[in-house]
Amino acid sequence: MKHDFIDKYAELESIIHRLDPRIKIISFFCFILLVISTSPTKFLNFLLYFLLIFGVILVSKVPLSFVFKRSMVIIPFVLLIAIFIPFLKEGEIAGSYSFASLHLTVTYDGLIILFNVLSKSWLSVLSMLALASTTKFPELLKGFEKLGMPRVMVMIISFMYRYVFVLGDEVMRMKCARDARSFGGNSKWHIKTIGNIIGMLFIRTYERGERVYVAMVSRGFIGKIKILGDLQVKKLDLCFMLAFITFLTIIWTVL
Amino acid sequence: MELAKKVVTIKNLEYEYPDGTSALKGINLDIFEGESVALIGLNGAGKSTLLLHLNGILQSDEGDVEVLGMKVAENIREIRGKVGVVFQDPDDQLFMPTVFDDVAFGPINMGFSEEKVKEKVRMALERVNMSGHEKRAPHHMSLGEKKRVSIATVLSMEPEILILDEPTSNVDPRARRNLIELLNGLDITKIMATHDLELVSETCDRAIVMFEGKIAANGDVEEVLTDSKLLESHGLEAPVLVRLFRDVMNREYIPIRLEDVIEKPNKYKI
Repeated sequence: MKHDFIDKYAELESIIHRLDPRIKIISFFCFILLVISTSPTKFLNFLLYFLLIFGVILVSKVPLSFVFKRSMVIIPFVLLIAIFIPFLKEGEIAGSYSFASLHLTVTYDGLIILFNVLSKSWLSVLSMLALASTTKFPELLKGFEKLGMPRVMVMIISFMYRYVFVLGDEVMRMKCARDARSFGGNSKWHIKTIGNIIGMLFIRTYERGERVYVAMVSRGFIGKIKILGDLQVKKLDLCFMLAFITFLTIIWTVL
Repeated sequence: MELAKKVVTIKNLEYEYPDGTSALKGINLDIFEGESVALIGLNGAGKSTLLLHLNGILQSDEGDVEVLGMKVAENIREIRGKVGVVFQDPDDQLFMPTVFDDVAFGPINMGFSEEKVKEKVRMALERVNMSGHEKRAPHHMSLGEKKRVSIATVLSMEPEILILDEPTSNVDPRARRNLIELLNGLDITKIMATHDLELVSETCDRAIVMFEGKIAANGDVEEVLTDSKLLESHGLEAPVLVRLFRDVMNREYIPIRLEDVIEKPNKYKI
């Protein structure tokens, strides 16, 4: 089976895709840093930030609908936390509502904070999506490793990336086998089957881990994984980073 | 074959799994340089267990295993560089995020310089006909491609002995044909455990029948594969061609490969 839910569209060809992963990581993290340190009332700034990241996504040829659909994933979580702020914050009242004995007041300050949280988190997610959908996962890992992320972490994530698809296939097969033989039955029985599948998956994963280890040892593994880094920063990379960060600082400072 | 160098010497090897099940019961075996040997037998006959002794993954107190003139237990690191093992499931064999990283894993561990590693990866991928796939991720490849890359991950270490566990299991006919051609093109000692007797007839010159942890027969491929009685009494089945010529047509000469019949129709009276 084919899966591409992690780095879908990372195989496309564009200037952004060709950039060195380290350059992209640094640029997009700068973006997040400056966005979250912008004062909440500078609406024009947020618009410009949006246009900047929108431009990058446009150049990268990643379908806009995909990016925006994905970016919406974060909204419910933010709303869950931030929706109460307008009602709790004190200040100039924007409106008040009463339901029976409950009086709710919404303040301007509270609304601004809500806007602040929503826009900043959404812009951050957009920039991370721009990073993830223009960089192949292994390259992203290499980039992080070169930037000083501990090798153990990189290896754990790399194994996770390699085997999440294998496990995904295994779950699908087990689900298929279950569906092929389950007609009706009550919900208690269904839950029991799911429990069995999870247990089975755990054991299979454990056994696979042993087999993978044997395969590693057979090829001379002695406890330390080394990979060759063939990343090279080119002129184009530096130009992109300079331009991107200059734009950011202009938006951040001048306006 | 008498003059060839012995590359594997196994004497009285016994092995018990930690739970007490006896897996190998007194194995004696010599393998010579350049040979292509098949280990055939039912599941649980001890084929894989025996293979894992050849690079020291499993070690037993009972018996001796010598590979390339070295005792395995004392020269583990050197032996693992010289004995390449390709496991059955490519998803176990390929554990790195890209093909390049996977093929480079062995050479890097052996301490080669960066240029050397790249050169070895290039050569290994070329040999299995997978050049240009360096950046691909295993989960985007077909099983046949994964199998070939699995072999490349071992060839990049330039082993003297190649060990394969079920090389053709689950692959489709075209990928199987590619694998057979690939294996026949490799000029090193090969030892493979398999059920695929057609594969054995096309790639091996010696066949060893294993049964319940012992070697039940050991001889030329022609000799073993045409011995229906031997095969059947150990849970195996002679290839269709053999059964046709022996049981249906009652011929004197029994071919094991279709190519033989095509090449020498007179000998087989076709």
